[in-house]
Amino acid sequence: MAAPGWRRPRARLAAALRCVRAARNWKHRAQRPPRAEPVQAALYVHWPYCQKRCSYCNFNKYIPRGLDEESMRSCLTREAQTLIRLSRVQRISSVFFGGGTPSLASPFTIATVLETVSRCAHLAADAEITLEANPTSAGASRLAGFRASGVNRLSIGIQSLDNAELRLLGRNHTAAEALGTLEEAKKLFPGRTSVDLIFGLPGQSVSSWAGGLEELLQLCDDHVSLYQLTLERGTSLFKQVQQGSLPMPKQEVVAEMYESAREMLRDVGFRQYEVSNFARNGALSTHNLSYWQGSQYIGIGPGAHGRFVPRAHGESLREARIQTLEPDSWMKEVLACGHGTRKRTVLSQLEVLEEVLVLGLRTDIGITHQHWEQFATSLSLWDMFGSSEEVKELEDQGLLLLDNRGLRCSWKGLALLDSLLLTLLNQLQQSWADRTAPGT
Amino acid sequence: MLSLVTRAAGVWVRLRRACSTAALLCSQPCMEKCPADHVVFSRPYSSQKKEKLDMSIFPVENIRNFSIIAHVDHGKSTLADRLLEITGTIAKTDQNKQVLDKLQVERERGITVKAQTASLFYSYEGMNYLLNLIDTPGHVDFSYEVSRSLSACQGVILVVDANEGIQAQTMANFYLAFEAQLAIIPVINKISAKLGTNVEKVLQEVIEKVPPPSVNIRDPLKALVFDSTFDHYRGVIANIALFGGEVQKGHKIVSAHTRKTYEVNEVGILTPNEQPTHKLYAGQVGYLIAGMKEVTEAQIGDTLYLHKQPVEPLPGFKSAKPMVFAGMYPVDQSEYNNLKSAIEKLTLNDSSVTIHRDSSLALGAGWRLGFLGLLHLEVFNQRLEQEYNASVILTAPTVPYKAVLSSAKLIKEHGKEEITVINPAEFPDKSSVSEYLEPTVLGTIITPDEYIGKIITLCQTRRAVQKDMMYIDEHRVMLKYIFPLNEIVVDFYDALKSLSSGYASFDYEDAGYQAADLVKMDILLNGNSVEELGTVVHKDKAYAVGKAMCERLKDAIPRQLFEIAIQAALGSKVIARETVKAYRKNVLAKCYGGDITRKMKLLKRQAEGKKKMRKIGNVEVPKDAFISVLKRQSEK
Repeated sequence: MAAPGWRRPRARLAAALRCVRAARNWKHRAQRPPRAEPVQAALYVHWPYCQKRCSYCNFNKYIPRGLDEESMRSCLTREAQTLIRLSRVQRISSVFFGGGTPSLASPFTIATVLETVSRCAHLAADAEITLEANPTSAGASRLAGFRASGVNRLSIGIQSLDNAELRLLGRNHTAAEALGTLEEAKKLFPGRTSVDLIFGLPGQSVSSWAGGLEELLQLCDDHVSLYQLTLERGTSLFKQVQQGSLPMPKQEVVAEMYESAREMLRDVGFRQYEVSNFARNGALSTHNLSYWQGSQYIGIGPGAHGRFVPRAHGESLREARIQTLEPDSWMKEVLACGHGTRKRTVLSQLEVLEEVLVLGLRTDIGITHQHWEQFATSLSLWDMFGSSEEVKELEDQGLLLLDNRGLRCSWKGLALLDSLLLTLLNQLQQSWADRTAPGT
Repeated sequence: MLSLVTRAAGVWVRLRRACSTAALLCSQPCMEKCPADHVVFSRPYSSQKKEKLDMSIFPVENIRNFSIIAHVDHGKSTLADRLLEITGTIAKTDQNKQVLDKLQVERERGITVKAQTASLFYSYEGMNYLLNLIDTPGHVDFSYEVSRSLSACQGVILVVDANEGIQAQTMANFYLAFEAQLAIIPVINKISAKLGTNVEKVLQEVIEKVPPPSVNIRDPLKALVFDSTFDHYRGVIANIALFGGEVQKGHKIVSAHTRKTYEVNEVGILTPNEQPTHKLYAGQVGYLIAGMKEVTEAQIGDTLYLHKQPVEPLPGFKSAKPMVFAGMYPVDQSEYNNLKSAIEKLTLNDSSVTIHRDSSLALGAGWRLGFLGLLHLEVFNQRLEQEYNASVILTAPTVPYKAVLSSAKLIKEHGKEEITVINPAEFPDKSSVSEYLEPTVLGTIITPDEYIGKIITLCQTRRAVQKDMMYIDEHRVMLKYIFPLNEIVVDFYDALKSLSSGYASFDYEDAGYQAADLVKMDILLNGNSVEELGTVVHKDKAYAVGKAMCERLKDAIPRQLFEIAIQAALGSKVIARETVKAYRKNVLAKCYGGDITRKMKLLKRQAEGKKKMRKIGNVEVPKDAFISVLKRQSEK
């Protein structure tokens, strides 16, 4: 299971075997992968700690009681090293520090991780290095420190400009503090500062939402992410809504909020390059785009996800990998075997295509023919979808386009993507089964 | 506490003693009277014994065959328990609750579904008596079974709850017994809390008032099948009452109904467990096993006789006639075979359920089952769930309509003028029909008079026609109505109970077919008819039914990429409409590294579900939507 180079004394080997639960699908080994994966990957670094729990968040995060940052730092660098070697990528295209609240980490930790990465693989000087920042933990001096450590793009979790809404969300900052951080960030990362906003909050109306967005659009930089609030099981907000103490806005209202926001952003020159992401002056996030284009990425840190081919194992198929969730256990595993991978699932070619489809259609460009060909050498988009009646219906309804450029959603279709995907996924499966069936 | 009513109450009609003259004829010289000291039963009769009993010690005049009849929960089964205890048939313990009600559903609902029989031995004034207690099902759905059970009796104990008094079913039972010309011993139960008082007196009264059966042991064998059960090892066990002759192992017998011949393997009495005997004699009641493989071979009401000694069959036999139909489908099609075997096992013991394979585009393969009535249906369903752990989708019950055809072509096709329509898809168009008919029942409601107004209104909304209304005592009224059966099969009883705070009682009997203004209603989704939702309704009810169905569908059909019009239509005329609005936004906001796996799983599960949806035109309808519309609504 482990590569020869990983061999350790017995006890450590046993630990390594425990760490990795491979869900292999041997059947797929016989199939030849369509084309060699590019020898680069994006890198996601998960910082699992927060000062405070937000009422809506179900991400993998922990409120630390005595945080040993030094151990965390060394484990992150160790895991980065192990996994980059395992993937045999020569180039890291972008790095994203997410969380949790990575702006709680010291600039030194960020710098150390980046330094390790650039020793293991080529990290271009202009590669996008994003850090997620929380308004309270990102004072001006700290932001400057992050810039000095190599961060060149900042994503600020503003979430709302209404203090009552911020309290509802359990945020530990005010609207004024958030705007202050935005002001500082714009100075330090001009053209490369992004802001996050949440809509569809309990008690929010279309006009209050539009008002807040209007205000932000006066002050923001060139990148905006808008997220509809999703109630996640296990969060305190979920509980309050379940108990009936908080009324969620109706479907119609949320649809209206989304629609009006898209129009407002378009009117001031933003391009909606993905379902929730808007940029002007070409300030698209290359890191996030690489997810939506189905590129390889390596995830390090507790609970981080990855999608890459472990070439050092002699494998040729992509794996979906999840690191151990709980920070202390993750650290133990990294110390014992160099990484804390908890689960590996070999993805079949069809599964990779499904992800390419689902993610690619989230973008305004959609899936170009060239893009598709990188993953499916023998089946073009036309082969897959060109003869389907149901796909035709979606085109006739003005929701989907399949033409010489490729497959993509219309403006109206993008808001309904999850419905379109059900038809497309079934069609993909069908075409795949038809083409690979013996005797046809 | 029980009280014997020695004088008939006002409503009781003076009874004719059917057997009074016959009793004089039945003292047989071949059978000596049997004094008590000649027989020594040293063991309790409840225990299983291998030795066979000699039943010849009970001459006809020492035999009493009787039933207990009562309204639901008036204490029939409890009285039976006490009778079994004092005759030593079962040990006296606190556990004896509804001993004769063996099924879980019987104990839960306090009703008897499967009648049980017990032979009791009792000494009275120096004589040993064989008292055969023939239990009867406690609901009118089983009135045929009741009538067959009663035909094996010469008398009944009619139990009335002192607190509730005479109820609808008390009346129905009374008339059944009265028409069968049986001796009736009225007993008032629950006078005080103490149980067991005067039970001995009831037994003595049975001996005094109920005549012995008027039969002759020297006649050829003539046995009435009044019940049957199925045993996996021994086949059909037929409960029989001998109206003449005797029967024993090795006899060759013939069924008057099927003309099939069988060899008797075993005979015996029920105590209430099977207790083999050497023989059974005229006047006695017991069981017979003769290699019958299916309960349909021992149909209730059939007559058995000795091979080459045919007798005139006993009157009153009829095959069970289902009055209420419902579709039954497995919740998951992979459960089909399990459900099939469960249904087969249950019907082994209940030949009155008719089974037709059916399939619905929405619900898959299943069955259309016919039941004697609504309770029968409920009991069957509950037994499937409790005894076979089967979970099923049961569609709303329907009744068998009839159509009198006017089109010569159709008459030729069907080979008859009047056809029965069970499946709405086969409902003939008005243009080729001279008249539609619907089944009716005569319903009896007994209620405290304060609820009369509400009950009359309820009956009117159910298209019922009043036939009679009379005070049966100072405060209580008996109402008689002719109801279209389909108006009471769904929720009438619940509605009656709720508006009378549970005080009104209801019972009904078959009242034949009557002409009705029936129409077929279609349900349309964006203009396309949904075959499995087509229903036959009375014209006056079409709007209410159509509206309710459209509303239920609206809640059950998920939003889609376009607006969906849900319509109920009679022919081309739309009578009700609901709209499901189109989706405007349906896309997950966040989709990055960590979320992708979860999102893929969710989408693939939904895509899988989409494949299973039934498409009506371009509208996708989940199975749940059909279930919520077709399923029997237990509340409301």
